[in-house]
Amino acid sequence: MKDTRLRTPLGRVEGLGSARAGTNHFWQQRLTAVALVPLSVWFVASALAYVGAEQGAVAAFFAEPAEAILMFLFIVAAVHHMSLGLQMIIEDYVHQEGAKMTLLVLNRFACWGIGAAAGFALLKLAVGAPA
Amino acid sequence: MAASITHRVTGMMLAGGMLLLVWWLVAAASGPDAYAVFARVAGHPVGQVVLFGLLWALAFHLLNGVRHLAWDLGYGFKMSTARLTAALVYAASVLIAAGAFAVGMIVRGGLGL
Repeated sequence: MKDTRLRTPLGRVEGLGSARAGTNHFWQQRLTAVALVPLSVWFVASALAYVGAEQGAVAAFFAEPAEAILMFLFIVAAVHHMSLGLQMIIEDYVHQEGAKMTLLVLNRFACWGIGAAAGFALLKLAVGAPA
Repeated sequence: MAASITHRVTGMMLAGGMLLLVWWLVAAASGPDAYAVFARVAGHPVGQVVLFGLLWALAFHLLNGVRHLAWDLGYGFKMSTARLTAALVYAASVLIAAGAFAVGMIVRGGLGL
């Protein structure tokens, strides 16, 4: 390839590009997408079964190990996928360097803050004392 | 194509939906009183519209995401194929959202079934 003459051989072999991340973002986004196909179908089906249910019934649902584990995986995959997707939107539409960096940091903080809140609530439901 | 921007918009809708998911879990973990507040908002007509919108957004984002994954594997790139699958995703997402919403209403007893 003629147009790669400004790249060092090492840089070409590493394949990490200017952001030093290579295809990691791309790969993580696809990986979480594939995981979310069955997980989100499971989540919607489960949530629909509890429309209008009492708090106790919902708590009992998440006290089941299999349901708690699936919900944990759903939260982690969804939060990671969400943070990657929102990051891409920020990178595409915000071009002022300071604003972009600020939003990228806030995006990660907000997404994992949401994930931590969801995870902690789930933990409480899964192992907490029965109400 | 419109499906591309719709994918982004539905993705952002689902990010907002994650806030409701957190509210649901925190309410369930906080006890009957907190859960009753969530249930009242979710059952309100405005809440129902939001929930229907989220069901549609998820159905669209999931189906169109599978379309993207197929592209990543090299399938479905022909223009006519891409147009057809886009139309299918739009139609199927509306049908799935309506179906899922109807199931929710039946579970809640709102259809009198």
